[in-house]
Amino acid sequence: MDTLGPFLEILIGGLLSGVLYSLVALGFVLIFKASSVFNFAQGAMVLLAGLALVRSLDLLIGYGFPVWAAVVLALVFAGGVMALTAYFAERFVLGPLVNQDSLTLFMATIGLAFILLGAGQIIFGSDVYPLALYPTDAWILLESVFPGGILVNKLDIWGGVIAGLLVAGLAIFFQRTKIGRALRAVADDHSAAQSVGISIDWIWFVVWLASGLVALAAATVWGTKLGVQFSIVFLALKAFPVLIIGGFTSVPGAIVGGLLIGAGEKLAEAYLGPFIGGGIEYWFAYVVALLVLLVRPQGLFGERIIERI
Amino acid sequence: MFYREAGQFKTSYAADMAVFPLRQDRMVVYLFLLFAFIGMPLLARFNIGVFGQDYIFNGILIPLLILSLAAIGLNILTGYCGQISLGAGAFMGIGAYAAYNISLRVPGMPLLFSILLGGGVSALVGILFGIPSLRIKGLYLAVATLAAQFFFDWVFIRVGWVTNYSSSGSVNAPQLNFFGWVAERPIDRYLVCLLFVTIFAILAKNLVRGNLGRQWMAIRDMDIAAEIMGIRPLYAKLTAFAISSFIIGVAGALWAFVHLGSWEPLAFDIDKSTQILFMIIIGGLGSILGSFLGAIFILVLPIMIDLVPSAFGVQVSVQTVTNLNFVIVGALICALLIYEPRGFARLWGIAKEKLRLWPYPY
Repeated sequence: MDTLGPFLEILIGGLLSGVLYSLVALGFVLIFKASSVFNFAQGAMVLLAGLALVRSLDLLIGYGFPVWAAVVLALVFAGGVMALTAYFAERFVLGPLVNQDSLTLFMATIGLAFILLGAGQIIFGSDVYPLALYPTDAWILLESVFPGGILVNKLDIWGGVIAGLLVAGLAIFFQRTKIGRALRAVADDHSAAQSVGISIDWIWFVVWLASGLVALAAATVWGTKLGVQFSIVFLALKAFPVLIIGGFTSVPGAIVGGLLIGAGEKLAEAYLGPFIGGGIEYWFAYVVALLVLLVRPQGLFGERIIERI
Repeated sequence: MFYREAGQFKTSYAADMAVFPLRQDRMVVYLFLLFAFIGMPLLARFNIGVFGQDYIFNGILIPLLILSLAAIGLNILTGYCGQISLGAGAFMGIGAYAAYNISLRVPGMPLLFSILLGGGVSALVGILFGIPSLRIKGLYLAVATLAAQFFFDWVFIRVGWVTNYSSSGSVNAPQLNFFGWVAERPIDRYLVCLLFVTIFAILAKNLVRGNLGRQWMAIRDMDIAAEIMGIRPLYAKLTAFAISSFIIGVAGALWAFVHLGSWEPLAFDIDKSTQILFMIIIGGLGSILGSFLGAIFILVLPIMIDLVPSAFGVQVSVQTVTNLNFVIVGALICALLIYEPRGFARLWGIAKEKLRLWPYPY
């Protein structure tokens, strides 16, 4: 029981921090499914959403709005910024690049990421802005079973709840609504979808907006955890290994991949770290992803890649 | 009118295959090299104009040359062989730290050989990280190179042996002693870089025109079709990884030894990787000339953003300059990918075509 307690604590902490990676990975998957665009700008979108949220929140509270009203208005404002971003991305960057190969689109999203980063920081400032939407104190669980109990951060629980809600919401959206059906049709076959009268431009705008809102949700959790700051962009890069493990096209894959990466890197840090010098959280996820790629290139849940000449 | 091949007859195979078949092109290149190798040092020697200042060498020309070299290296891999890499910064770092350790631990090793061996180590690591490229490609490979970037970032910071257990993690380059000639003044270091870049650019240009380069391009354009035509993907991809990493490694060693002098692991983080990737996208994928044009643009743009508003009396903070730089570079990348996917090099080519026809429309 002496070793099981800390092990469980690390495992739970890891799983819950993995949820944060899943939140970013979800945004990637949405866009990739609908348009086969590998969106490097997702991290920049998280930062932009966070900046828009925290700055408008500070401003509104400064004007004397009650906190709940300020939060709602700031969320609406940040959602509006994400809608604008989605429109901009679809209209000016991806629209003209229709039918280009995936590497060109990927590089275009790197360009987009830099535009969003630069513009966001010029407009909203580039310091570290603390955000306090969720409680961040710790809970101690199962004190009777383990000595000292298991420490769980309430914020991580909130992250898990939000991720669960998002996945449920997205599942309903995809399966039950008309737009969701159109989205799945576009994901299946662009030209066939177009031939039955689905507007691709509109669908792409909707997916970019959806992944922008997912980015906003991720920004609320990450912003509370770390403060809204530039380094969020680098943390968001961790979503790449999550995607590799989960597969680019699978929503459940993004969640499971995130959990695996989160738990794996925390456990590796705790149990392997002391032997090879610590800080291996920094690269562990990427190396795991590399190994998965060698064995199963399409990821755990991805569709098999078939190539034709 | 004057830029035209009329009267220039090719009478041998060598003439037919020349890098610059037009006499006018050759003259321009020779004049440019003459100016770079002899004109610049003279200008610096006699303090003429801006060339009397050290800043023009330390702050602009030396980084420009070294990053052009790194861009040539990345262009071989990404532009010619079509394997996108987000790990160029890490490979520069490997070259730099390998060269540092070789010159530190092997007594009597000439500096030139340490730098080249640094490139060699980088090439070996490049092959190692190139092996996944045989099974995966495109975006998946981009993630694999990202793995290299983050893994080596960590190695440079955490593995004490690499930095010779320096407590701050920062290390100092050895004296720039090339077989008894010590490069101390900015102009000397500029000439060292220029020589490296010229030699590697000529080598790379000829490599991509030859058998190997054509194999790379076939793999880039469609790897399965290339394989069916009898090109071995294993050989073509791994040579591209090795040669590209070698050049990037040498560039990294020069960046550390000649440009920085003493450096920290942060000098080779992911920002450097994206910077070099942007150079080749903007300059032109699959073009040696483009590597130079892209490097010039990426390096000069922030200086311009800094200088132009202050010329009009507007004060701009450092943060704003960085962010404005982000926006402009990002917008330009999107615009180039949409309107001219082959970058500045292609625009230059179009300009030359127009010049040949001028003053007639066609």
